[in-house]
Amino acid sequence: MAEIHWMTAMELAAALESGDLSSREITEALVARTDALDETLGTYLHRTTERALAEAGEADARRKAGEAKSRFDGVPLAYKDLFITKGVPTTSGSKILKGFVPPYDATVVARSHEAGLPMLGKLNMDEFAMGSSTENSGYQLTRNPWDTERVPGGSSGGSAAAVASGMTPWAWGTDTGGSIRQPASLCSLVGVKPTYGFVSRYGMIAFASSLDQAGPLTRTVADSAALLEIAAGHDEMDSTSIPGDRPALLDGIDGGIDGLRIGVVKEFSGAGSDPGVTTLIDQAYARLEKLGATIEEVSLPSFEHGIPAYYLIAPAECSSNLARFDGVRYGARVEGDDIIRMTSRTRAQGFGPEVKRRIMLGTYALSAGYYDAYYGKAQKVRTLITSDLAAAYEKVDLIASPTSPTTAFKLGERTDDPMAMYLSDIFTVPVNLAGNAAISVPAGLSPDDGLPVGLQLIAKSLDEPTMFKAAYAFEQDLGFATSDKGRPPL
Amino acid sequence: MSIDRRAVDHVARLARLDLSEDERAVMLSELQQILGHAEKIQALDLDDVEPMSHSVPMVNQVRPDEVKPSLTQADALANAPEVEDHRFKVPRIMEDEG
Repeated sequence: MAEIHWMTAMELAAALESGDLSSREITEALVARTDALDETLGTYLHRTTERALAEAGEADARRKAGEAKSRFDGVPLAYKDLFITKGVPTTSGSKILKGFVPPYDATVVARSHEAGLPMLGKLNMDEFAMGSSTENSGYQLTRNPWDTERVPGGSSGGSAAAVASGMTPWAWGTDTGGSIRQPASLCSLVGVKPTYGFVSRYGMIAFASSLDQAGPLTRTVADSAALLEIAAGHDEMDSTSIPGDRPALLDGIDGGIDGLRIGVVKEFSGAGSDPGVTTLIDQAYARLEKLGATIEEVSLPSFEHGIPAYYLIAPAECSSNLARFDGVRYGARVEGDDIIRMTSRTRAQGFGPEVKRRIMLGTYALSAGYYDAYYGKAQKVRTLITSDLAAAYEKVDLIASPTSPTTAFKLGERTDDPMAMYLSDIFTVPVNLAGNAAISVPAGLSPDDGLPVGLQLIAKSLDEPTMFKAAYAFEQDLGFATSDKGRPPL
Repeated sequence: MSIDRRAVDHVARLARLDLSEDERAVMLSELQQILGHAEKIQALDLDDVEPMSHSVPMVNQVRPDEVKPSLTQADALANAPEVEDHRFKVPRIMEDEG
């Protein structure tokens, strides 16, 4: 049997079913792996080891009694610290929530718990999910397991580094403009941004409510499908969760892509990707064609406006959502003579520079006299992006692109240049604006620097099954993700 | 349309952020840069385009108005920086009257 920490969730579930491994053994192995690596990588903000071991023991007892809660009962996992966890400190990476202990569980957490998945802990992230490198965490840096002088991507960088280094087979992240897919790309993982409304947002600390979605980070496509199935579905606690049943994702994932029409975006070809990224992505398109898909060019002229539109809409929504951090109901308070001084001081000390920047930007874009010119205009661009995508899907079933224009960049390289950091998201933000589903799947290592590159596949809304089928066929044929080459040199 | 220092001060007040002088100076140059990037979309002719606030076209979601268990008062207050008589305590809100 393979080393436990490199086993996929599917393999662990099979070993639990056959009795070859217990949940306790698995959990102990992952805890030991984390003990060995986390001082270097900085992935966890809060570990719940005792709880994980206790839950593993309960899972083993259930299996013994023939009462497993699910196929994955006893397979441990970890959460981005943006998910509210009852009784477990939750900060969303922000100093302003230091010491906050939530009184309830997010729906994603509750459903994962109901499936029997022991909780290993809470993972580092850019403060309130604002960032593309995890360097905006209020607490610590997280390093990329492939090169510890480089960023893991962000904002779900702790989740990505933990999965890529074998501390957990899978983790939950969130994606508002690329925060699952970009770190997946930079750490050679599979990462999924489901259709908006596919998964409940209840108990996710809100950043930009019309864009935020939860999704899995895993080492294989099948594991992502499995974790997404566990939490997907309507939730009466989230009025924006889509009513009705979700399609099966694991079932039929190996159906192949013969005859599938895949579009490549004309406007992306000159969008400034690294040569190594372009080489691997061109090879990926050729592989998809070899597997039976047809590749054709589609035009999405409005996509070039995605970044400016996103960096008005997301800050506008964030400035409103983060108004709740006022030093009254939770988190830190800095004293002041009256409520305005108290609140203004609390927020100035509790928020980091990027969060303040976005609150300022959003407040400005929504303020009297500027609303139409900035926020209103961005909302119209959002309409254009959505209709461009809809037109493209008249011709094709999926759209392919790089996930990130570059491989992992060096720690500190972009921290002084917000605009350079924002451009990390150029291929991912239009998907959030339109609400579609997308996946990043490992495409190999760049010939330039030996670092991971991710292929993005964008599906129609609620067409996750086609997206998973294509990603699975690509992954299996490439044979990279679960090979020695697909693992970081730790 | 460019943001100036007065606008930074005004917006900081609206956003309840007690920024330092240094922060205001840095904020001004960064916001100018980011908003400069937005000029491209300001120049687009979008008069005939409807604005979009949400990707899922949903009307109001309603549920039956039933009494159900919810957070206890103790749970709701547990994380508050200051509590008095089972309520959130805040500094004065109104100015003293003459």
